Amino acid sequence: MKKNDLRIYDHPILGKLPEKKRVSIYFNGRKLIAYEGEMIAAALYANGIRALRKTEKFKQTRGIFCAIGRCTDCVMTVGGIPNIRTCVTPVRNGMKVESQKGRGRWKKKNW
Amino acid sequence: MEEKELVIIGAGPAGLCAAIEARKKNIDVLIIDENIKPGGQLFKQIHRFFGSKQHMAGIRGITIGEKLLEEVEKLQANVWLDSTAYGIFGNRIAGVIKSRKKNVTVKAKAILIAAGAVENPISFEGWTLPGVMGAGACQTMINIHRVLPGKKALMIGAGNVGLIVAYQMLQAGIEVKAVIEIMPKINGYMVHAAKIKRFGVPIFLSTTILEASGKNEVEAAVICPVDQDYKPILKRTKSLDVDLICIAAGLQPLNELLCQAGCQFTYKPYLGGNVALHNENMETTIDGIFVAGDCSGIEEASTAMEEGKLAGIAIAEKIRKRKWDDEKLEVRNRLNDFRIGTFGEKRKISKMEIEKEYYEKVKN
Ligand SMILES: Cc1cc2nc3c(=O)[nH]c(=O)nc-3n(C[C@H](O)[C@H](O)[C@H](O)COP(=O)(O)OP(=O)(O)OC[C@H]3O[C@@H](n4cnc5c(N)ncnc54)[C@H](O)[C@@H]3O)c2cc1C
Ligand code: FES
Repeated sequence: MKKNDLRIYDHPILGKLPEKKRVSIYFNGRKLIAYEGEMIAAALYANGIRALRKTEKFKQTRGIFCAIGRCTDCVMTVGGIPNIRTCVTPVRNGMKVESQKGRGRWKKKNW
Repeated sequence: MEEKELVIIGAGPAGLCAAIEARKKNIDVLIIDENIKPGGQLFKQIHRFFGSKQHMAGIRGITIGEKLLEEVEKLQANVWLDSTAYGIFGNRIAGVIKSRKKNVTVKAKAILIAAGAVENPISFEGWTLPGVMGAGACQTMINIHRVLPGKKALMIGAGNVGLIVAYQMLQAGIEVKAVIEIMPKINGYMVHAAKIKRFGVPIFLSTTILEASGKNEVEAAVICPVDQDYKPILKRTKSLDVDLICIAAGLQPLNELLCQAGCQFTYKPYLGGNVALHNENMETTIDGIFVAGDCSGIEEASTAMEEGKLAGIAIAEKIRKRKWDDEKLEVRNRLNDFRIGTFGEKRKISKMEIEKEYYEKVKN
């Protein structure tokens, strides 16, 4: 596993991070390594990306706030679909993740 | 439309315990949770539980979670994961998006709402910047997702959640620069405070946050002591070099589904705010709609489990038209054992008030 990221590879109580299959995701076109089962937002934070979207009016950045799918601060456009809560949506190999502006636009009809 | 005897919304400790009790009495149970894994908030609780001797004290939340899952599986309850309940309609019908794909309605003889809670935010200049998050959110990031949301942190709030999560941040390798608390005293248990003090983390009392600063993300926190009237003493403002600010300002019940079902509420500050009225069997003012865990007032994982059991038994009684009074009494006694001490006592009184108000509304 790659070690120069923000993942907790060793934990005094939880032990070593189990080995998992690597997948690639694309953040605004940039290829990033993620691990199978990881949530999109967690994979982005692990790569040092915390500004996930910009607000409609004041163009302010937003990131993870609740991490359990309740606040919608982490929504992004995933595979062409806007407003996906990335803290509760796992990565898939080849997934395209884009930082969303405002309410976002639909680019694709279904998942 | 599908039909089930009992639909449980939320597979946290409350929902899972209810499912186990109801399955033991052969009730046909469906558990729905929007997460990919069951367990609710339990799997982020890597600390040992304290509390009454006979009940799981000394065991870590994660271990308890694994035991519950094992039992649910053994008893063969149906579980729909990755599935969100979006509404409760008349006559106990739940609307569910199953596996994020299909809209399914399920008709039930009873519905248990055990949807948990949401963290309270507090607002200050810059509080929307990435890097400001709930303490529970940080706990989820480090203990479940195993990712550091920042490297240098400030914790706001010295209640139990603030203290426990600050310690877990240290365990994960985050440098905790300080814990601040607006009240003049530490609100959580001293054992937790002592643990972080041993790491050299200062706890500043009578202190608040004025601002999270940074361009696109948190780069610093501006903190300031307050006077007796909680007004900031601005000339003693100080800046902390942090990239993570966690807010531990309590939780409130997730009430949307209960509202939609038409349940009546009452305001109980010691239980986190507006709480659905319920009786000693965890039934709300709407016939056949039950509530348990954080949804029936914020307490702890241990009480959530007992309330879930109580609801599970009471629901089986209602569906089977039988009585299991002894079993319910045992659970109620354990709940009373938990509701002791400074926090527990207040919650116990609030719970009694809720029951009284319930019977004022529902005359039978
Ligand atoms: C982030 C966080 C951290 C916490 N940390 C601690 C701690 O360290 N120690 C402690 O003692 N207590 C902690 N608590 C308090 C909590 O009281 C208990 O630990 C316990 O988890 C409550 O159990 P529950 O079953 O009521 O709710 P939860 O464990 O929250 O379970 C509710 C479940 O319902 C699901 N759900 C909600 N709405 C829907 C819907 N519409 N459709 C489908 N599924 C839904 C949720 O996804 C969740 O899995 C924490 C709470 C939170 C929110
Ligand atoms: S961070 Fe709140 S929904 Fe994702």
